Amino acid sequence: MKDEKFGCRKSYSEPGPGDGGRTGSWRVLRPVIDLTKCIPAKKNKPACFTCWLYCPDGVISKTVPPTIDYEYCKGCEICAEECPVGAITMIEESILIMEEEE
Amino acid sequence: MHIIESGNVAAALGVKLAGVQVIAAYPITPQTPLTEKLSELVDSGDMKAEYIPVESEHSALSVCIAASSAGSRTFTATSANGLLYMNEQLHWAAGARLPIVMCVVNRGVGAPWTVWNDHQDAISQRDTGWIQLYACDHQQIIDTVLKAFCLAETVSSPVMVCYDGYILSHTYMPFEIPHEDAVQQFLPPFTPEYKLDPKFPANLNTVTLPDPRPDVRGELAPGYMEIRHNLHMDMRRSLDVIADIETKFTDVFGRGGTPFIEPYRCEDADYVAVCLGSLSYHLRDVIDMLREEGVAIGVAGLRVYRPFPDQAIRDAFSHKKGLIVFEKALSYGYEGPLYADIKAALYAVSDRPTVRNYILGLGGREIKTTQLAAALRESCQVSAGSTDVPEFIGLKM
Repeated sequence: MKDEKFGCRKSYSEPGPGDGGRTGSWRVLRPVIDLTKCIPAKKNKPACFTCWLYCPDGVISKTVPPTIDYEYCKGCEICAEECPVGAITMIEESILIMEEEE
Repeated sequence: MHIIESGNVAAALGVKLAGVQVIAAYPITPQTPLTEKLSELVDSGDMKAEYIPVESEHSALSVCIAASSAGSRTFTATSANGLLYMNEQLHWAAGARLPIVMCVVNRGVGAPWTVWNDHQDAISQRDTGWIQLYACDHQQIIDTVLKAFCLAETVSSPVMVCYDGYILSHTYMPFEIPHEDAVQQFLPPFTPEYKLDPKFPANLNTVTLPDPRPDVRGELAPGYMEIRHNLHMDMRRSLDVIADIETKFTDVFGRGGTPFIEPYRCEDADYVAVCLGSLSYHLRDVIDMLREEGVAIGVAGLRVYRPFPDQAIRDAFSHKKGLIVFEKALSYGYEGPLYADIKAALYAVSDRPTVRNYILGLGGREIKTTQLAAALRESCQVSAGSTDVPEFIGLKM
């Protein structure tokens, strides 16, 4: 401790996933993408990506099809609200957990 | 070079010599001509700095926080209610560990409105995490500004340079302007370990969870409590740095040498008067007067208020019969804050000196030599003992 640099403990974070902890555990509702409705999935080419653009946590990939990183998705529902074709549905986490356990 | 100028000009010339890159200040009451002088120096090209006038003291310090985060040597100045308006950002600057230097020209705070000198403004910001240095005359103002940048950048903490409003800020006294070459030798350029850079984006002082958590590299990042503990421990360790910087300053400039306590006729004294700021020099005349009367008394000016130099106080005063603490501030509902701190520092000393507390000069109330002499004569009687409650000097009611 004595030889430590001054100010060695302060708040500094680099951009990247997970700096705020595993925030996926905060989620009550899980966004699930219906690939039969999702525009890039249906056309099989890069398109739309409205969900990727609006996601405040940057957990939706700009890929075909888009995928959601549930490790960090907080379940804010913005993607479901913004999807122009209603491809994203919010499902109760508790129901999905029970299904996964069965 | 020796010149005769105001305390504010002494501060401004110190800031110029320190090669400050960004100055942000609010120009209206309770601000002093210090910032006017700086704006003149920048406008005339004598000083190559960015001068950012802002609409409030809160904004002034916010700009300094941003500029310092971007790696600039940064300065601001304020007084009284302006300092209080900065309160939130004072905590922020210290928590962010930014080496900002600020002159606080000490004035009383409203209500009721006052512009005259006392220490309530700076003292009330004691627990913001800023280092507080106090100057006693014009020479110490310019010297302390230089030491403050050296200290702030060494310990990654902001520093206030406090000096008495009007008594020092607006009066004219001779002082020496340190030579530029010597200043360069004393104060190296500011090289921050990290500075804001679009090429390496980072999030500074974001929401910090109660517990440490792994960062993006998987290394454990400190939690809020670790960051606070580190600030406190670094403040304590800063006492050693303050002493080292004083030694370095004396080596380069041949002045100074008393980092914590500046004693006058204390060596063989049974009683010592203690205070912050210019009052300690005023008291020297009173000490000389009492010495002629045969009273074994001295005076000690405290140069650092936070971190509190408790060990230096024990070393200097443990064996004295009595201390008399004069203060231009109050912890309402208790006593003088410096008095409380000094008593606490002496608690572990067996056979410790008695400690008395006098409050004086609030809101610029005149302090008369005869009043100081009377208080000291009374305090130096064996029967005097410690004061239970602070006594007020010069109260008219």
